[in-house]
Amino acid sequence: MRRRLPEWFLLLLPAIIVIAAVILIPLLFSLYSSFTPYKLTRPSSLWNWIGVRNYERILTDAKFWAAFGRTVLFLTIALNLELLLGLGIALMVNKVTWGQRTLRTVLMFPMMFSPILVGFQFKFIFNDNVGLVNNILQSTGISNAALPWLVDGKLALFSILFAEIWMSTSVFAILILAGLFAMPRDPLEAAKVDGCTSWQSFRHITLPFLMPFVFIAMTIRSLDVARAYDIVQIMTGGGPARRTELLWTLMSRTGYVDARMGLANAMGYVSILLSIAFTIYFFRKLSAARAGLGMEG
Amino acid sequence: MTEVTLTNVIKRYGAQQAVHGINLEILDGEFVVLVGPSGCGKSTTLRMIAGLEEISDGQITIGNRVVNDLPPRERNISMVFQNYALYPHMSVAENLGFSLKIAKRPLAEIGAAVAEAAAILGLEDLMDRKPGALSGGQRQRVAMGRAIVRHPDVFLFDEPLSNLDAKLRTQMRVEIKKLHQKVGNTIIYVTHDQVEAMTLADRIVLMRDGHIVQVGTPLELFNQPEDTFVATFIGSPPMNLLDGVVTDAGTVRLADDQELTVPVSARSDVRRGQQVKLGFRADNLSPVGHGVAEEGETAELNLIVELSEPLGTETLLFATLAGTEVQGKMLNPRPVKPGETMTFRLALGKAHVFDAQSTKVVRSI
Repeated sequence: MRRRLPEWFLLLLPAIIVIAAVILIPLLFSLYSSFTPYKLTRPSSLWNWIGVRNYERILTDAKFWAAFGRTVLFLTIALNLELLLGLGIALMVNKVTWGQRTLRTVLMFPMMFSPILVGFQFKFIFNDNVGLVNNILQSTGISNAALPWLVDGKLALFSILFAEIWMSTSVFAILILAGLFAMPRDPLEAAKVDGCTSWQSFRHITLPFLMPFVFIAMTIRSLDVARAYDIVQIMTGGGPARRTELLWTLMSRTGYVDARMGLANAMGYVSILLSIAFTIYFFRKLSAARAGLGMEG
Repeated sequence: MTEVTLTNVIKRYGAQQAVHGINLEILDGEFVVLVGPSGCGKSTTLRMIAGLEEISDGQITIGNRVVNDLPPRERNISMVFQNYALYPHMSVAENLGFSLKIAKRPLAEIGAAVAEAAAILGLEDLMDRKPGALSGGQRQRVAMGRAIVRHPDVFLFDEPLSNLDAKLRTQMRVEIKKLHQKVGNTIIYVTHDQVEAMTLADRIVLMRDGHIVQVGTPLELFNQPEDTFVATFIGSPPMNLLDGVVTDAGTVRLADDQELTVPVSARSDVRRGQQVKLGFRADNLSPVGHGVAEEGETAELNLIVELSEPLGTETLLFATLAGTEVQGKMLNPRPVKPGETMTFRLALGKAHVFDAQSTKVVRSI
């Protein structure tokens, strides 16, 4: 008689098949292809093993490192500004007594738009000829020149950051607001009696309590921003002349425009390290903040 | 010297008034307990003294300063909250020293004050722990330590023991009383538990529906209640109250036509035909041979015991007298069967008469 498969394996089999099909095989395939000169236009190049040559090439490629650095910069500025703005908004909304529910819903509107549409919207707003910003600047007489918002390297990065922050500040605001709602009132009153001014209560009582919420938002958003692609692709396409090139626009250009999928996959594996590093960092911070509040476990 | 004076203090929430013009003078070093059923305005009053609630009208002074418009931090008070309100991210030592740190006192001074408070409350071994790792009783002690570190003029306690289990509550009650004897500050303490009020207070302020009903020492409230509310709120079990009418013969006729002599305390002030409530405590209704030897007038009643609650040194007996359930107390108890008829002696000399309509006491001495 044929030996039957053990039951536990049979029961797990559907899950194993699904995971293999959607995660494991693509992952292994992309990892393998990053060791080949695989070009989409020449499928046979997939069978040509070239070892770590793709990685060597990336690590010595100034364009890759420029995009890498720009992504880190973009991430740092976006996360910090979103945190500050989100914290401010949350603190103010928390004080609102009338219509707060409506306000909270309105707060989430930017999150409901597709990033592609947000990209188009801001591409129009920042357009140097017909855009709203230049129009306002010129009609109010602040500036006569048509500022090249999406062409100048620094201005373009600013414009993209603006769009990104417009869209995602509410993530921070909502999560921090949730934290404020969960916060017990008593310690704040105790702090008042203990002699704290409002600023001191915020600094010593409210903020430490909010830190876990901040780090959860940071973790989510760092993963989000590190793969920023859609807004950038629509607004500048990573250009002009790669001045707003981020990791994902570079990767998609390499993979789909230049058809060098092997190289693009290698870039993907290197840049994943960035996301992992940020995630680990924020998770450490999160557990430290939680432990500080006696919430471990 | 830190007296606290409340003059016509009113608290309104929108159109609704929660505290209706309270007048109260608290002496320096006095332990005053505000007690009453929930919603009587006692916590609101305390929070107005603390500065956590705005005073809608009237005036509060602490020491010689009018504090109406001062924020809590300028009133030199400290407060112990019902839920302890410890700072969860700070260790016990940091919790204790926080107010001094905010006041920018030198580190050495903070250390000394924290060590002193820790010694008073026996917290030395817990200094590095976070509040999350403490038991309820320990948290309560830290909250009290945090209050005494600053040497405030006045301590405010807002139902500090209501989250503790019964045994711990008794223990902490003793500690609070000891603390008061040690530091001697003015203490204003809010509770809904009349036992806490009786055991702790120099003076009790009994409140109901935003009014003060009676102010006095625990024994004054116990022995000379102003009205039926005080009589039933203070003391456990609550005072027995029987409906009756004053007759020509100087007796009270109860619902079952039984007549009892009007107690001497009210004899010269009752009117003929007055609807009254006759009040007496369980301590004054005991089976013959099982009570305190009473001087003065007594009445003997045969009652059927429906239920008994043995408490060890005494047993509570439940019976029906003139259609009302009454409780009596049996000292040197023996087992009592339900349904057993016993002869009780009612000490009329210690009974009270209340006017049925106004609920106020009728008392001539």
